[in-house]
Amino acid sequence: MNVFRHDIVIVGGGGAGLRAAIEAAENHPNASIALVSKVYPMRSHTVSAEGGAAAVARDDDNLELHGFDTVKGSDFLGDQDAIVYFVEQAPKELALLENWGCPFSRNEDGTVATRAFGGMTTKRTWYAADKIGFHMLHALFQHSMRFKNIVRYDEYFVSKLLVEGGACRGVAALDIRTGEYNAILGRGVILTTGGGGKIFPFTTNGTIKTADGMALAYRAGVPLKDMEFVQYHPTGLPGTGILITEATRGEGGYLRNNKGERFLVDYDYGVGKKAELGPRDMISRAIVQEIEAGRGFSGAYGAYVHLDLTHLGADVINFKLPFVRELAKTYVGVDPVTTPIPIRPVVHYMMGGVDTDIHGATILPGLYAAGETACVSINGANRLGSNSLTECLVFGAAAARHAMNYSKGAGAGDERAVIAQCEEEAGRVANLRGRKKGGEKIAAIRRELNQVMEDSCGVYREQVSMQAGVIATAQLRGRVADLRLEDESKVFNTEVITALELQNMVEVAETLAVSAAHRKESRGAHTCKDFKTRDDTNYLYHTMVHHDPAGPRLGKKDVVLGKWVPEERKY
Amino acid sequence: MAEKTIVITRFDPDKDQAPRKQEYKVPCEPDWKVLDAVNFIKDELDGSVSHRWSCRMAVCGSCGMMVNGEPKLTCKTSINDYGDRIDIEPLANFPVVRDLVVELDGFMHKFESVKPWIVRAKEKAADQAALHETKGTYSQSAEQLATFKQFSMCINCMLCYAACPVVANEPEFLGPAAIALGHRYNMDSRDEGNAERNAIFRGEGTVFSCSYANECSEVCPKNVDPAAAVNQAKFEAVIDWAKNLVLPRGGA
Repeated sequence: MNVFRHDIVIVGGGGAGLRAAIEAAENHPNASIALVSKVYPMRSHTVSAEGGAAAVARDDDNLELHGFDTVKGSDFLGDQDAIVYFVEQAPKELALLENWGCPFSRNEDGTVATRAFGGMTTKRTWYAADKIGFHMLHALFQHSMRFKNIVRYDEYFVSKLLVEGGACRGVAALDIRTGEYNAILGRGVILTTGGGGKIFPFTTNGTIKTADGMALAYRAGVPLKDMEFVQYHPTGLPGTGILITEATRGEGGYLRNNKGERFLVDYDYGVGKKAELGPRDMISRAIVQEIEAGRGFSGAYGAYVHLDLTHLGADVINFKLPFVRELAKTYVGVDPVTTPIPIRPVVHYMMGGVDTDIHGATILPGLYAAGETACVSINGANRLGSNSLTECLVFGAAAARHAMNYSKGAGAGDERAVIAQCEEEAGRVANLRGRKKGGEKIAAIRRELNQVMEDSCGVYREQVSMQAGVIATAQLRGRVADLRLEDESKVFNTEVITALELQNMVEVAETLAVSAAHRKESRGAHTCKDFKTRDDTNYLYHTMVHHDPAGPRLGKKDVVLGKWVPEERKY
Repeated sequence: MAEKTIVITRFDPDKDQAPRKQEYKVPCEPDWKVLDAVNFIKDELDGSVSHRWSCRMAVCGSCGMMVNGEPKLTCKTSINDYGDRIDIEPLANFPVVRDLVVELDGFMHKFESVKPWIVRAKEKAADQAALHETKGTYSQSAEQLATFKQFSMCINCMLCYAACPVVANEPEFLGPAAIALGHRYNMDSRDEGNAERNAIFRGEGTVFSCSYANECSEVCPKNVDPAAAVNQAKFEAVIDWAKNLVLPRGGA
């Protein structure tokens, strides 16, 4: 087993992780920054974000408006101190991204162009045609290469946080190529591993989105927060779940039912004049209701409605939405210039995650989190589109500043004990390789997990099914410990990685089901058929889930309110 | 549904002396991509098959493989483009780690060697003062953006290296994607690093090793047209060299 020592260790090489690495490396040229990722950083799922990143840019906009939009979008569950900090930092962070080479689309005067997005009062979403995530990720990754004090561990899978003497001292990481374990030590660890959409069967998320960071923190005793809030994006392609960006509607696209009606205009879904530019939770519910009212289309992968861009014309589509055209043609055989795109709501984003403060710090000294992995929370019960990429930048940088600061004062702890933990973890994972005595196959358990989550924690939820989800996920937690594996090789054994990922997903799915079942109200993305309204008297708090050998243990945390007083959320 | 025979090239350095072929019978749905068939094998037939994939929407660049001898992004390639028997191998011109997984070390080294970041001549503080007037961003016209945008679309899938006849003979050749990337920054109006990169491009095994085969642009799944980038980079590197002869400091 190898032991590597750094000042801080960042786990995850997407938007938040790369931003954190750059912040630390640039301001601390003598510090050594480890960037550990289970994939090469340019494969990270940040790559598939399409629409844009939000920050105040125009003269008709201001921080107050961005703040209020975000608070209202969150259904008043977002922490207002965090949101104020977020909107203040956002313009500076996006300007840095521009300085580092991100090819943003431009206005005629050479300034960065902005577009309209759901739930945002004015145009504040900075974009690069319809591939902002791709360009942001590549700009960050390429910029990071100029810092020789960023040491990358590409294709290393972190399976355990090394916690000793009450602080996080590093990570146990499997080098996927060799099958060898490594103790990567640092006086400060930042988790930036993204969310866990793959818990669900129908998701925009890539296969790497398996809630790893959430599971790591949770097992290390850090609570997860607001896990019941799962964002369904209104427009995913049937079958694959591939994302069709909200920018389609930002640029003027319509949603239509099987009668050709713009149902968001013709029926009252609470989005008023915003119509297609309403927030995602409300639009997703509206689509489900249209389908249940018999006004959807039926297809091989379930019912759907139409996203109509035909009136935008070929020029707008080619210039501003070329990726959408490519995706629709390649994956559903439809050219949006002439034909509406079939779409249905699809699991996209987890508002919940590792509980952190406004600096990305968790309750475990030395452990930080940022991006989708974390729950600060600026997103509350529903995230506004284009806030998440900016969140990766703002809180990735903040977590790096505070982790670096922490690292200067932290001791190394008992390094022998830390390394012994890593050796034990190496032994556990070695036993998984070629584990032919196991009971069930990975794919079988994953399918069952996916079905349980779809049945219990969909767009609309019911007490009886959520309770069933709690029982089913607890049972799966037992079964996933007894997987049957075939691959005995140490070299690039993706079966072992998939098994570890499935264990992470099951663990986090259980926290999601438990959190959902306990919240007896409807708020943001958590919509209960049994409890149809928001209940500020009893549920204006963050749900906390703590790891316990007996199963998840629930707790509460106050929402940080401020100048924006909770009111009925209508658009 | 149609049953197809998927032939996967297997290689495990722990036990194989040389790559071997293994056949799988896969019930393929008509709307599947080639990647779906490989995933089916991994999930249902043989958990020991190793391959990379993630986004399945042709943007993360992970799943490049040789399909019937041609480099393909397997998540974007329809299974119906092929007959009853499909041969899947790891990307050509790369060392194989295991099965369909190739080694990226050389590629990443080439990638970093072209300084793929914005180089500015001025000190940071002076730069920041200028930027302050434009809310911190550089001004760039749509026309300036258009000069490099296409070359910024590379997803690093490496199909162009698998297709390139020069890489096949000369593994150290900088190659299409890395040259396109360096050229992308040279063309960016915000960048001032041309001289450094052109010096790299004038070195051995870079732009002048290209044999104009154009295979790179033909296999590119994102229409980046790296061949055009290589040609433009050659031209710029020569002009830059000539300018240096006449005006020793590059005209700056």
